[in-house]
Amino acid sequence: MAMEITQFLLAAQSADANIRNEAEANLRQLQQQNLPGFLLSLSVELVNNEKPTESRRLAGIMLKNSLDAKDATTKEDLAKQWLAIDISYKSQVKDLLLRTLASPVPEARHTSAQVIAKIASIEIPQKQWPELIRSLLNNMTQQDSLAALKQATLETLGYVCEEISHQDLVQDEVNAVLTAVVQGMNLAEHSAEVRLAATRALYNALDFALTNFQNEMERNYIMKVVCETAKSKEVEIRQAAFECLVSIASTYYEVLEPYMQTLFELTSNAVKGDEEAVALQAVEFWSSICDEEIELQEFENPETGDSDSPNYHFIEKARSSLVPMLLETLLKQEEDQDQDDSIWNISMAGGTCLGLVARTVGDEVVPLVMPFVEANIVKSDWRCREAATYAFGSVLEGPTIDKLAPLVHAGFDFLLNAMRDENNHVKDTTAWTLSRIFELLHCPATGFSVISPENLQRILTVLLESIKDAPNVAEKVCGAIYYLAQGYEDAGPSSSLLSPYLTSIIAELLRAADRTDVGGSKLRSAAYETLNEVVRCSNITETSQIIAELLPAIMGRLGQTLELQIVSSDDREKQGDLQASLCGVLQVIIQKFSSTDATKSFILQTADQIMVLFLRVFACRSSTVHEEAMLAIGALAYATGPEFAKYMPEFYQYLQMGLQNSEEYQVCAITVGVVGDVCRALDDKVLPFCDGIMSLLLNALSNSQLNRSVKPPILSCFGDIALAIGVHFEKYVPHALQMMQEAAKACAQLDMEDEELIDYGNQLRSSIFEAYSGILQGFKSARAEVMMPYAQHLLQFIELIFKDNHRDENVTKAAVAVMGDLADALGPNTKLLFKDSSFCNDFMSECLRSDDEQLKETAGWTQGMINRVLVS
Amino acid sequence: MAPHDLRRPFKRPAISDQQRRRELSLQRQSQNRRDAQQQARCLASSVLSLQSQYPDPVPELEIEPESQPQQEAGPLTKDLDIRQASKLRGPEVRKWFASQLMLPEWMIDVPDRLSHDWYVFARPAGKRCMVVSSNGTTVSRERNGSILHHFPSALPSGARTKDPSGSAQSYCILDCIFHELDQTYYVIDMVCWRGYSLYDCTAEFRFFWLNSKLAETGACDAPSHYHKFRFSTVPVYDCDQRGLYSAYIESVPYAKDGLLFYNKHAHYQTGNTPLALVWKDEKCSQYVIDTDSKGQVLSQQQIIGAKPELRQLVVLELQEDGKLSTSDDPPVIFGCLDGEFIQKSGLQSGSLLKFAIGNGGLSFVDGKLEKSDLNYLGKSNRARMFADSYSKVIFQYMVRHTPLKFDDLLASVSPSDDEENKPCDVEMVD
Repeated sequence: MAMEITQFLLAAQSADANIRNEAEANLRQLQQQNLPGFLLSLSVELVNNEKPTESRRLAGIMLKNSLDAKDATTKEDLAKQWLAIDISYKSQVKDLLLRTLASPVPEARHTSAQVIAKIASIEIPQKQWPELIRSLLNNMTQQDSLAALKQATLETLGYVCEEISHQDLVQDEVNAVLTAVVQGMNLAEHSAEVRLAATRALYNALDFALTNFQNEMERNYIMKVVCETAKSKEVEIRQAAFECLVSIASTYYEVLEPYMQTLFELTSNAVKGDEEAVALQAVEFWSSICDEEIELQEFENPETGDSDSPNYHFIEKARSSLVPMLLETLLKQEEDQDQDDSIWNISMAGGTCLGLVARTVGDEVVPLVMPFVEANIVKSDWRCREAATYAFGSVLEGPTIDKLAPLVHAGFDFLLNAMRDENNHVKDTTAWTLSRIFELLHCPATGFSVISPENLQRILTVLLESIKDAPNVAEKVCGAIYYLAQGYEDAGPSSSLLSPYLTSIIAELLRAADRTDVGGSKLRSAAYETLNEVVRCSNITETSQIIAELLPAIMGRLGQTLELQIVSSDDREKQGDLQASLCGVLQVIIQKFSSTDATKSFILQTADQIMVLFLRVFACRSSTVHEEAMLAIGALAYATGPEFAKYMPEFYQYLQMGLQNSEEYQVCAITVGVVGDVCRALDDKVLPFCDGIMSLLLNALSNSQLNRSVKPPILSCFGDIALAIGVHFEKYVPHALQMMQEAAKACAQLDMEDEELIDYGNQLRSSIFEAYSGILQGFKSARAEVMMPYAQHLLQFIELIFKDNHRDENVTKAAVAVMGDLADALGPNTKLLFKDSSFCNDFMSECLRSDDEQLKETAGWTQGMINRVLVS
Repeated sequence: MAPHDLRRPFKRPAISDQQRRRELSLQRQSQNRRDAQQQARCLASSVLSLQSQYPDPVPELEIEPESQPQQEAGPLTKDLDIRQASKLRGPEVRKWFASQLMLPEWMIDVPDRLSHDWYVFARPAGKRCMVVSSNGTTVSRERNGSILHHFPSALPSGARTKDPSGSAQSYCILDCIFHELDQTYYVIDMVCWRGYSLYDCTAEFRFFWLNSKLAETGACDAPSHYHKFRFSTVPVYDCDQRGLYSAYIESVPYAKDGLLFYNKHAHYQTGNTPLALVWKDEKCSQYVIDTDSKGQVLSQQQIIGAKPELRQLVVLELQEDGKLSTSDDPPVIFGCLDGEFIQKSGLQSGSLLKFAIGNGGLSFVDGKLEKSDLNYLGKSNRARMFADSYSKVIFQYMVRHTPLKFDDLLASVSPSDDEENKPCDVEMVD
């Protein structure tokens, strides 16, 4: 029976925390005591037009949350929970929801539409709500239906189509649904409210309409209606129709050809004359086409141009009209667009699209753009100069270096001078263009660079002067320095070119990071990130002394963040951000110094002070660990080796905290990585902490809430621990091996149609093998027999994977290595197992034939190990 | 349901530095994990002991070509790999390297199944050393740990060149003899290759690997800027009559110093092993009678003995109970000093003492040492780290009295005698 819960629902939104908490507790109790009755009560609340909007709104939200969650596992549990409810309750709830669609209150209708779609997503694939579609369609065909009901019904249909697959319904139903939606867009029959709802419903139903888009007649009809709707007199409806076109461009690219002429006219009119909201969608249509064609080119066979899907080269065909249209948009800048991150306007959309066009057609874009650049770059109106510069910057990616090099050489000096333009936007875009030039046309390692020893000094003089300019300009200058430094990474002798300037670059970057006039810009983080790149790419032998001086400077700054006065949560957040940047720099320095024996001592000398700082950064927060500090500590553990043991008593609590942080899964993942670093640094000195670490890792593995990407690293981490503590791992073997075997089982159940899952499966496999390798190696000298009961399972798993054609190179390497480890560790005991595993030979010869030297060596070694066992 | 978001990154680099740092960390961690596991693969089988109860030896003045270091049994205190070991200093490093090579026993009788289970090759005359290539450089160390050469080589990771497979782990350890005359490293065994341990592999596999891998790298090419010394393999024969004869008689580009016999099934075992044997006679070695490092017959022998070439010196270790033992495990007792003498001479247990074998010589009963006539000469040179091994003393004694001749060896592998393979004590007539 339904309960009266209005008071609780209202109290749960009270401003008074006590009242709110009590009401929430009451609602929770009702939900736990009698879920079906509670859900029914919520639907009764939602349908009742007498009730306050506030209580109905919360009722709707709670209903939705009882059916759906972001997290996949929770979502699955909720679905099971719903399916288990008695059918009489479910029918009543569904009935009430459908009745709510006719409510005069728009919000109640909207919520109800969402909840219906959630139930449909659970029930329709199970064929449990066969009458839903019929009753929704009925709402549309009833002569006396109010516009409000039709609007809500269309919205519901759209949501339902988005939630389910067209295969969940019979084709007749699919057709009927789409017919109802497309007819809802009909100008003659329906009010604007209904047409808007229908157009948005179509947007949501586009994937669902797969079969209909494959049928030419139906497709023609849908396209005709969408194109007509794109010319509606109501701007909102035009915008919704263009949104459909954008989505169609990426979903149904392969069938677009017959409509392109119409679509070009439609979009080009919109770009030139329509309201900005519509024009933005029209530009986005072309950006989406570019996205498709760029992706097609990536998969094309470079020899023949063949690919599985046809590339119609729409952009190439339209370029001579499309490019001028986009260039025109560049002149419509807003005064403050460079200062405000939330702005997105037609010139920005047009410029972005122009960049995509350049990547799509390459060299052919250059002659279409350069006259515009040359005509506008010297004009007195800043808009012209900025647009010209932006156009130039946009076409730097896509065309060949041969095509671009003369232009960039010719314009380079001009650009450097433009850094002293009187207009902020021009300088902003010029700096951005310079950063693009350095990113794309400065690569001494491969032999081409616009930068020469002769002009480097002038470039740096200009950049280090301009970094003092307005914050938005300074931020772009940081970007330019970032790519300038990056070009010298691994550039052999060229990497020395930057060394003489390093001191002043670092000084100016630190000064930029310290600026207080930055407002909302990201100058500070840009300056620190650039500093990181400068350090990372520097020539270590020439610059170690400079970086050694940077180290205490950064430590000093990190020390100062600990003294900051924290009164608000905003203060706390700023402190955390600053600490993140500084820990990042420290991490980069630590890693740079530990890369050579000669410089490692810089870190070893200061390791104590650095570690104290990190621990104090951790202590700034009570419930979470600082991700960047954790990342840096991993690098420190690697640098210090066994010396790290002395920090463990203090550090261990944060390690625990990080491993328990399943919500911020990145933090958890990083902490798992640091456990590995610590194991390798400490070897068996990590033993006293292993009970705690292992139980947290095992918990994390079985936590279904934890993002799955963390699980492979946890398995690998078992191997790290086992390798470090050797025979002491024995007590964890039953638990760890059970988890590893379950993970192996889970690999077999992954959907191999889904590329992401294929990747994930491969990561999981490599990690399982790494775990086995670590454990086998750890036990080898003393307690190898512990692993004997698992040997057969392992070999079977390897066989399964040998036969799997989704296996990637890393998996192959790990699998081959673990076979060798098995033979090596267990020796003659595995003779029979290997004798019975005929696949080994095939696997070995596959690997020995590989082009990968490392794999061949590993396979050769494994072969030796197995042979040794076989002749024993 | 979400409205389509139009915004695209505008004038911004697409990669976040934090993401980049995360990825670089992950890369570093997984590389480190691979390295650690690889290292375990490579060196778990060469668990090495490093103990500090040895007296600190002074720099070696006198190195006998085949003096016998002993691998100390007992609890393993520390596992080291070769790269860590190269950071050791002073006496530690010498102790470590002294225990790294597989040391053949002297052949005092002919093993069974010589023709089936053994290889033979002519040992190049020169300095036995361990060559390690890693991190872009190559170091050769003599048995006492002192560096012979530090040089670039074409071995994997042996020089600072762009080696596509050049990870830090891609190091090699080769068991070599440096031959002064042609400035060549003759590789007699392969211990690690590209980071892979061959310790636990049979000699058969190691020699196969050595012969197929070494030349691939260009290490056998003539010296160049990035490859300072030439490496070479030695011809290895199955120890049948033909093989034995070839090893003995055929000319090789190097001066021979005896014959080495390797059991095909034996792993690379550090320290003394009866599964590798050395045999010499005047024809194939100029160092049959033990000599000093300059190849001179030891001076004291010349002074004391009436027939210098027959006088023999032995170095034995004084045990707590006054017994004099060899470096073997278990030690062989050669005699005993009385307590009074020990006290008077201020000798301590563990001291290495030098004796001359007197006219009474050594007497054997049933192949076992029964009695020895030892004359105390004094403490051994402090640079000596180990007593002589039993096989060395006996071989040297036999050389002076009843040598094991090449013909004996040849006879033991003669086809007619194939099934028996017993050492033959009947001299064959040429």
